[in-house]
Amino acid sequence: MKSTKPLYPYIVWMVLFTIIPLGLVVYYSFTDRDGNFTFNNFLNITKLTEVYADSLRMAFFATLICLLVAYPFAYIMTKTKVNTQRMMNMLIMLPMWMNFLLRIYSWITLLENNGIINNILVALGFERQTLINTDGAVITVMIYNYLPFMIIPIYNVLSKIENSLIEAGQDLGCNTFEIFRRIIFPLSIPGVITGITMVFVPAASTFVISQRLGRGMMIGDAIEQYYVGNSPDLGTGSMLSLVLMVVIIISMAVVNHLDKDEAGSMLI
Amino acid sequence: MKKLSIVIAALFLLCCTLPLYSCGSDENTIVVCNWGQYMSTGSGVDSTEDVIKLFTEKTGIKVKYRTFTTNEDLYSLMKNGSAKYDVIFPSDYMVEKMVDEGMLHKINFENIPNFANIMDEFKNPYYDETNEYTVPYFWGTVGLVYNSKYISEDELNGWDVLWSDKYPNKIMMFNNPRDAFAIALNKLGYSLNTTNEEEIRAAAEELKKQTFDYKMDEFFERLPNEDAYMMPYYAGDYITVKEENEDLAFYIPESGTNIFNDAMCIPVTSEKKDLAEKFINFMLEAEIGLLNVDYVGYSTPNKAVYDLLDEEVKNDGISYPEIKDNWEHFRYLSSDVDDLYRELWISVQSENK
Repeated sequence: MKSTKPLYPYIVWMVLFTIIPLGLVVYYSFTDRDGNFTFNNFLNITKLTEVYADSLRMAFFATLICLLVAYPFAYIMTKTKVNTQRMMNMLIMLPMWMNFLLRIYSWITLLENNGIINNILVALGFERQTLINTDGAVITVMIYNYLPFMIIPIYNVLSKIENSLIEAGQDLGCNTFEIFRRIIFPLSIPGVITGITMVFVPAASTFVISQRLGRGMMIGDAIEQYYVGNSPDLGTGSMLSLVLMVVIIISMAVVNHLDKDEAGSMLI
Repeated sequence: MKKLSIVIAALFLLCCTLPLYSCGSDENTIVVCNWGQYMSTGSGVDSTEDVIKLFTEKTGIKVKYRTFTTNEDLYSLMKNGSAKYDVIFPSDYMVEKMVDEGMLHKINFENIPNFANIMDEFKNPYYDETNEYTVPYFWGTVGLVYNSKYISEDELNGWDVLWSDKYPNKIMMFNNPRDAFAIALNKLGYSLNTTNEEEIRAAAEELKKQTFDYKMDEFFERLPNEDAYMMPYYAGDYITVKEENEDLAFYIPESGTNIFNDAMCIPVTSEKKDLAEKFINFMLEAEIGLLNVDYVGYSTPNKAVYDLLDEEVKNDGISYPEIKDNWEHFRYLSSDVDDLYRELWISVQSENK
C-alpha cells in the first residue's frame, strides 16, 4: 500500500518554491547583465572576504553562546514537572509572537547612548557605556533572537531519552557525569546539530540586526546592496548568496561528520 | 479520500496567496506611491487633514497609498514589473533616468489647470526641460543639523566639522551611497556629479577617515534625544526635529551642498492616466498644498501655497533660502558609476569600525 502519490503536492511545492528559485540563483551567479556566461561575479566577491569573515565570526560567537546557554537550560527543563515544562516551552515561544522588527527597535531603545540601560547605569553612579553600534550589540541581539531555535530542538531530543537507558547506566556503575558523557550527550547530538543549523544559518545572513544595531557590514547587507539601486547587479548578488550557501553547507557537513564519529545518527 | 484532501489543502494554501497578486484592479482606484511621511495623512481621528480622504470625497476616486524609501527602491520596484503605480514621486536625477528609459507618460497639462500655481523658476527644470513629464511637488536642500549645546558656531568650518575627533560615536551620516558621497565630494572640492573614478575613490577614502554612525530614519530619534550631535540631513526634516529640541540648528557650508526637487509623474504602466492627472491637479490646490507643507515641512514650489505661509517661515532662511550657485542638483550618472559607487560603498561600510 506504499504510495508516493500523496507526496505530489509537496513535490510541486518544493519545485516551485525551492528548486526553481535555487536554480535561478545559480543561473544568475554565472551570467552577466546580458545573460552571457561569466566568472566575473565570483571575481567581484573575492574583494568581500572581509565581509564574509565578519559575518561568519559573529554568527559563530552567537551560535556558540546560544549553545552554551541553551543546553543546560534545556537539560534543566526536562527535569521539571510536565506542566512546568509546558509553561516554559510557551514562554520561550512567546517573544516570537511579536513582530521581529518591533523587538529590534526595542533593543535600540535599550542600548542607545541615552537609552534605558545607560540611564540606569548613570543613576547607579557608573560611567555611560557605548553599547549600540558595536559587534557586541549585534551578537547580543542575535542570541536573544535565535536562542529559542537552539533550546527547542535540544529540549525535544533530551525529553525523548528513555529513562531506562539512564537506569541501565546506573546499574552498570556509571556516576552522574559518566551517564551524561556516555548516554545523554551522545543521544542529544542530533538536537544540538539542528539547533546549530537553525541559529548559525540565519545569524550569518541576517541584515536587519546588523544595520540597526551595528556598524560595518554583514553579508546580508552586501547582498541587499547588489539587489537594490539604480543598476541592480543580480549576478554578483546571487553569487554572494551562493558562496554563503556553499560555506554553510561545508561547515554543516563538517559538523555532521563529527557527529557520525560520535553517535552515528543525524537529523537536519 | 486522503489524497484528495491533501490536494485540496495545497490548493487552498495557494489560493490564499492569490489575492496578494491582483490588487488594484478596481476601475475607480488609483495606486499612489510616495516617500514615507511625505503627504498629509492627518493626525489621529482628524480626517479633515487627510488629503487622500479629501480627494476621495471630492472626486469619488479611491486611492491605494504605497510608500518607498529610496529613489533606487522605487526604480527597482518599477523595473522588476512587480508593481503598477499610477502616480509616483521620484527625485530629479531619477526622473532624468526614467524619462531616458521611457518609463514615464507625457502628462496632459490641460487636465492640470492648477499647474498655473507653480512658480516660474520651477517650471521646465533641467530634468524635464520642456516640462512634459513632471509636476513639481516639493524641493529642499541638504545641510548639517547639529546640536548647538555641544557644537559652537566657530567649529563650523564647512563639512570638515563632521570629521572632528572630538565627538566619537556622536556623528551620524546618510546611510545611502549617493548622499554620503556627496558630502565627501563637496568637502574635497569635487562636483557631486563627477564621473571621474579617482575623485570618487578619493571621496570613499575620505569617508573611511571617520567612524560614522550610518543611519537614515534614526535621525528623527537620535538628534532630538542628543544621542548624536550632528548629521547632514534634509532641511525639511530639520524643521520637524527642531520642534522637539530647540538646541538643534542648521548650517549649509560655504562650499555648497545638494539641492533637490521631487516631482509627481505618471508611469507608462498606468492605465488610468486621467484619474492620475486628477490626483496631481488636486495636490496642487492651495489648501491641500498647505496641509502637506504643514505636515511634511519641505519647501513648496507652489506660489498659491507659498502665499498662504506665515512670514516667519518664509524668512527663516531654512525652508526658502536664497539659492546659491554652488548648490548642485544630482544628475543621473551611469550604470558603470553606479557599480563603482556600490563597490566603494561596501568597502567603506565594512571598514567602518
